[in-house]
Amino acid sequence: MDNALDIDRVFGALADATRRDIVRRAIGGQECVAELAGRYPMSFAAVQKHVAVLERAGLVTKQRMGRCKVVRTNSEGLRVARRLLDRYEELWRGRIDRMTELVTDTKEKDV
Amino acid sequence: MTVTAVRKDPEALTMTITAEFDTSPERVWKLWEDPRQLERWWGPPTYPATVDSHDLRPGGRVEYHMTGPEGDQPRGYWEIVEADAPHSLVFRDGFANDDGTPNTDLPVVTARVTIADLGSGRTRMSIESTFPSAEAMEQVLAMGVEEGLKQALGQIDAILAEDPVASR
Repeated sequence: MDNALDIDRVFGALADATRRDIVRRAIGGQECVAELAGRYPMSFAAVQKHVAVLERAGLVTKQRMGRCKVVRTNSEGLRVARRLLDRYEELWRGRIDRMTELVTDTKEKDV
Repeated sequence: MTVTAVRKDPEALTMTITAEFDTSPERVWKLWEDPRQLERWWGPPTYPATVDSHDLRPGGRVEYHMTGPEGDQPRGYWEIVEADAPHSLVFRDGFANDDGTPNTDLPVVTARVTIADLGSGRTRMSIESTFPSAEAMEQVLAMGVEEGLKQALGQIDAILAEDPVASR
């Protein structure tokens, strides 16, 4: 799960008010995509797209139940999301690694 | 590893990461000052950054976007608060909407960069990230989820309580 959760993807997914609302509504896993779609002033396809973005971010799952696809918030996804401070550290560790490469690189080549 | 220390202080709402480099403060400053250099380290390899505008003077802005594996392009910006080459840089680091305007739904983190000459060709850089409030930190911890979801999160706290890290 940790690997599947991409910090930018999660941020991107949650940066939209409709998608946050879907995450909230889907905690109980009561509604289908079609029912969710009826709640927003936008096309079915647009809501479906939002759900797909959330799904890719690991924040919701879709499960077929008869004729309907139930959307459920992935508590595991949220749990991992709560570790952002650790991810924040990782983010900066990655940046510093790249910085180190850059200052090492340019010592040998240009500058 | 060049990272020498990481301090996470939930009380003060900060995370400080310190690193040392075998180079001069001027060279380290260039990593921030030169947009082409910045592009090479700001985004993770899966989300390379492109700097769209770059003014590192106090009051200036840096605007960038990142490009994901599926072509998605999250945007961000810095608002420069202080800049004293090659010693210190303070900026507010925020997310932006597709049109470049600040995304006010997500918290803005203040970053304070301090660059110190250690002598013998070594330089220490510290980056202190400060969250504006405990609420904002909580919000970031929940990945920018709004108030309503935070309340709803209580419903799954029973599951989360099994994990000492997540339950805070």
